[in-house]
Amino acid sequence: MLEVKDLYVTVEGTEILKGLTLTINAGEVHAIMGPNGAGKSTLSAVIAGKDGYEVTSGSITFEGQDVLEMEVEERALAGMLLGFQYPVEIPGVKNIYLLKAALNAKRAANGQEDIPAPEFMKLIKEKIAEMKMDASFLQRSVNEGFSGGEKKRNEILQMLVLQPRLAMLDEIDSGLDIDAMKVVADGVNSLRNAERAILLVTHYQRLLDYIVPDRVHVLVDGRIVKSGDAELAKKLEAHGYDWVQEESAA
Amino acid sequence: MATQEMEELVRRDYKEGFVTDIESDTLPPGLDEDVIAFISNKKGEPAWMLEWRLEAYRKWLKMTPPSWAHLDYPPIDYQSISYFSAPKRDEDRPQSLDEVDPKLLETYEKLGIPLHERAALAGVAVDAVFDSVSVATTFKETLYEAGVIFCSISEAIREYPELIKQYLGTVVPVTDNYFAALNSAVFTDGSFVFVPKGVTCPMELSTYFRINAANTGQFERTLIICEEGAQVSYLEGCTAPMRDENQLHAAVVELVTLDDAYIKYSTVQNWYPGDEDGKGGIYNFVTKRGDCRGDRSRISWTQVETGSAITWKYPSCVLRGKDSIGEFYSVAVTNGRQQADTGTKMIHIGEGTRSSIISKGISAGRSNQSYRGLVKIGPRAKGARNFTQCDSLLIGDTCGAHTFPYQEIGNSTATVEHEATTSKIGEDQLFYCQSRGISEEDAVSMIVNGFCKDVFQELPMEFAVEAEALLSVTLEGAVG
Repeated sequence: MLEVKDLYVTVEGTEILKGLTLTINAGEVHAIMGPNGAGKSTLSAVIAGKDGYEVTSGSITFEGQDVLEMEVEERALAGMLLGFQYPVEIPGVKNIYLLKAALNAKRAANGQEDIPAPEFMKLIKEKIAEMKMDASFLQRSVNEGFSGGEKKRNEILQMLVLQPRLAMLDEIDSGLDIDAMKVVADGVNSLRNAERAILLVTHYQRLLDYIVPDRVHVLVDGRIVKSGDAELAKKLEAHGYDWVQEESAA
Repeated sequence: MATQEMEELVRRDYKEGFVTDIESDTLPPGLDEDVIAFISNKKGEPAWMLEWRLEAYRKWLKMTPPSWAHLDYPPIDYQSISYFSAPKRDEDRPQSLDEVDPKLLETYEKLGIPLHERAALAGVAVDAVFDSVSVATTFKETLYEAGVIFCSISEAIREYPELIKQYLGTVVPVTDNYFAALNSAVFTDGSFVFVPKGVTCPMELSTYFRINAANTGQFERTLIICEEGAQVSYLEGCTAPMRDENQLHAAVVELVTLDDAYIKYSTVQNWYPGDEDGKGGIYNFVTKRGDCRGDRSRISWTQVETGSAITWKYPSCVLRGKDSIGEFYSVAVTNGRQQADTGTKMIHIGEGTRSSIISKGISAGRSNQSYRGLVKIGPRAKGARNFTQCDSLLIGDTCGAHTFPYQEIGNSTATVEHEATTSKIGEDQLFYCQSRGISEEDAVSMIVNGFCKDVFQELPMEFAVEAEALLSVTLEGAVG
């Protein structure tokens, strides 16, 4: 589904990714782990198309399409959705309005009419119940005055509504207490199916107790230095990132 | 933006000068006492009205145009303007929508203007707009039954001279400012509303207005009076781009509320802003003031300003009556080379008077925008309160936003609060929306509408919807 080949990325003149290669198939959950500054968030940001990230060589393809040639919204409409580590606040824009606009943009791209209001309300009610969110969230401005946990839940809520083909979650566990993390993890797990891929970016192994990945990749200094199954994450937790670095150096 | 052809429509006659031999009712450019006598005569005015105009003219001659505003434009040659042109005859106008610029129609479509109003707005000959005329007649009957007088200012001068003598020029004195004096001398058009004691006007004076007076004059004069306990909601202008051949507009609007009366005055202004270099746009110099004469009376200004090359406008409230309330809610959008210097004045005279100001300025392109507001609390205004919030939003790096708040507090029991913010439309906000599949243009419009929400909710419902659409159309191509 997603293929990243020998990707080099520079941000403000500094090379962050240095030959990253990664293949994700439909139905798989991949976790990218690594120490701070390894380039974890850069990877998902580049795939989503954030400004200021210069791809100097390499390629990204999504279901055969050249991602680097696509506009940000085209990537989203193709089915790649990024859950933000720090979701931005948009004062005055109701959460429900953003959800509806995004959903209708997706429907329009598929040649569908706007979703009828009753159908939309039914869908939303279902999804906010799943995320254990209060209906009042819908009427509040996007992320404005939300706690850290509320923001993260809101990101997952959007995923549940928009049903992406590839869900990328950037440090979705940061700033969450254990209860909130369980809710977020349940939401992500409910997204798992044979047609969908999920890319988790995380610093801590903790999240992976709740969302058990199929593959774990360790990213150090802009490159994947080790890949394995869920056990690898546990080893990392026990031995730290230095262990991988030493091992890969050896 | 709509369109080169519209530009031509707006600028027509400027380069060439006015054509006077075809329509004998149109005066050649120039202003003197004969011109004023001609206007007064054309309008069938009584002698006292002509005297009033001439007095204004003589005072205007001794005045100088204001230079304090943060605006940059070449001096206006008042002798190059024609001060009276008869309305276009029906046979000179488009006979049906088929003859109207398709781009203009496309804009109406985008703004969601009801079908039956489009013809009237596009200036189609009245006979061809059969539906809207009959709608208007129904409105007129409803108003008549309620005892509300609603007519053109010229008709009011002829039919209700006592009311005119009592109120005209009492809120905005003839010598108030340069443009008000000019308007007093040469005004040719505008509305008059009188709502008698205890009557709540049975309808918004908006739909009617849009159909009948969409082609408003260059020097409009509006007077609205609400007697004790009366109420009216009045909407001026419309979201549809206005075609007009006159470059200079100098309107005066006067509002009077007696005890317990309430006037809600909403404006949507979308005059032609000029081309990308700012050429050909309309200069809009407006004096709007409300006088809360009665106790517990209330005047509320809501404005959405998106058009004009230059806007100079400060809808104000004089809070004379005890416990009277003044409100100002404003959204001003400038794009391209537009310049706007706008804001309000809240003059607290009576005890317990309250005012709120919410101003949202959005600048894009190479435009420049200033908020200028005065809050003045007089010595007798015990316990007066004001709250001001003015927020500016910048789109891109080449526009400007400025805030000039003035406060004159003559009373230690007053409470005055001022909050101001300036923010740039965030790359992060845009990226967030786009990464949800929303196009850049829709994202900008969503963010801007969110920013303006506090003001839009003050607009009459149908116009709030149109105003949102208008913002998107105005800001098309503002980013990227």
